[in-house]
Amino acid sequence: MSAATDTARDRLVPLALGLGTLVLAIAAAELLIRIGLINRFIVPMPSQIAASFERVILEEDIVNRFRLTFLESLAAGAMITVVGVLLGLLLYRVALLRAATETWIAALASAPTVLMYPLFLVIFGRSATTIVMMGFVAGLPPVILKTIEGLAGTRRVLIDVGRSFKLRPTQLFVKILFPAALPTIFVGVRLGLIFTLINVVGVEFLINFGGLGQLINDLAERYDLPGTYAAISFVILVSVVFFIITEWIERWLRPAS
Amino acid sequence: MAEAGQLSGRARPVSSPRRWPSAVTLVRAAIILAVLVIWESVAASGLLYRDVVPRLGVIAAAVWKLLSTRDFYWHLWVTGYEIGIGLLIGGASGLLVGLALGANRLLARAYEAYLYYLGPTPKIIFFPVMIMWFGVGSGSKIAMGAISCFFPIALSTAAGMRQIDPVLIRVGRSFRLNTWQMVTKIYLPAMRAPIVNGVRLGLGVALIGTLLAETKLSNSGIGFLIINAYSLFDMPRMYAMLIVLFVLAIAANALVGRLGGLHTLRR
Repeated sequence: MSAATDTARDRLVPLALGLGTLVLAIAAAELLIRIGLINRFIVPMPSQIAASFERVILEEDIVNRFRLTFLESLAAGAMITVVGVLLGLLLYRVALLRAATETWIAALASAPTVLMYPLFLVIFGRSATTIVMMGFVAGLPPVILKTIEGLAGTRRVLIDVGRSFKLRPTQLFVKILFPAALPTIFVGVRLGLIFTLINVVGVEFLINFGGLGQLINDLAERYDLPGTYAAISFVILVSVVFFIITEWIERWLRPAS
Repeated sequence: MAEAGQLSGRARPVSSPRRWPSAVTLVRAAIILAVLVIWESVAASGLLYRDVVPRLGVIAAAVWKLLSTRDFYWHLWVTGYEIGIGLLIGGASGLLVGLALGANRLLARAYEAYLYYLGPTPKIIFFPVMIMWFGVGSGSKIAMGAISCFFPIALSTAAGMRQIDPVLIRVGRSFRLNTWQMVTKIYLPAMRAPIVNGVRLGLGVALIGTLLAETKLSNSGIGFLIINAYSLFDMPRMYAMLIVLFVLAIAANALVGRLGGLHTLRR
């Protein structure tokens, strides 16, 4: 009983402290803006931001914008998964090619590829293709690297069991290698999807085209401060929910390893 | 000759065997060569619009022209200054927050989730807010750099602090070190690797945050030059810019690792 109470307290106290601080910070901001210590033409009151949520959702067609951003991310996500896993498999099978290119792919993962967006604008025009391709380029390296890591990390005994059953290379991949590597591959896909989402929303904002990113840009250009803050909060909420869901799937897959 | 050398008892420089490039080097060279040949063929074929895929010679000339203009170094200085100050502010605050979260379990459980979930959000969406707060000049770009690098440095520092060998902490306490001494003599030296890694990650994202902000709204800096080349449809110049920028980013990343002594660490 006492242990259970301690566990509940261990959980609730940090949660209350975190949420309490957040509420306190919002209340402090509201107060400081109301008494004029913070300029309300620069920072809108939290109550105004909360009130503008309904307006932004109804008037700014946020459902369709969300759908557009989601579809762009989904297209880029599907591309990074298919191309990344296939390239990872190729590099796993051809050791020399892997040795030659793995450090390049790792360098590409940390390179500021998003700055190539003006180049993509020239090639694909100011369209959803540019946004999807930017998401694809940004999200591809972690999928390749984690696919190689997952396949290379398959336990030797599992491969030997497959060989003892005289499995063909395709069967060995489908029945042994891929299932064993799946949790690690998903870590790569998850990382890739996060990079993709960041780049999709970022490029939408930068080129003023598409879904949620463009909405922030639009509202900021109209000097609709509460709306801008509400849209930013919405994007943060979307990315946090996305992050939590992918993390949950990753945890669900992990026991399989 | 060899016998004479052995008899004399003196060490003679042994002529090193001729080194052939390894298979990996050959494959790398082949890939680079293939890319260059394909690029040049496409540029010469006229399949794509000439200016989108310029000839390699044209790009090389643009790189040379870019590096030999004084104007480029002024813009490079502006971007370097903005990234440097952003990294300093974001890095110092990230380090302090990371130390606090790493040292206190309650604080970590209360606040770390917020950092963990806010970390992967696209920071560029905060740019309109930063313009309101800090203006259209360097201030908003510095703020973008600081926000971008704060999260990886704070999270890396907090994680690094929790990985410190408890023996080191007990040694510090047995010597009755005060908090400042504990931080400077125990925590920071023991966390060199995660901090340097955090700074490397932070530098990468600060660079992206600052440059993206420059492409969006600025009249100076490398980001401005890139978007200006796009506006003027000066593709060779844009390629030259991207090549120089990628080389600089990789060099800066390697420099941080080297200055942090990451290559000397044995784990």
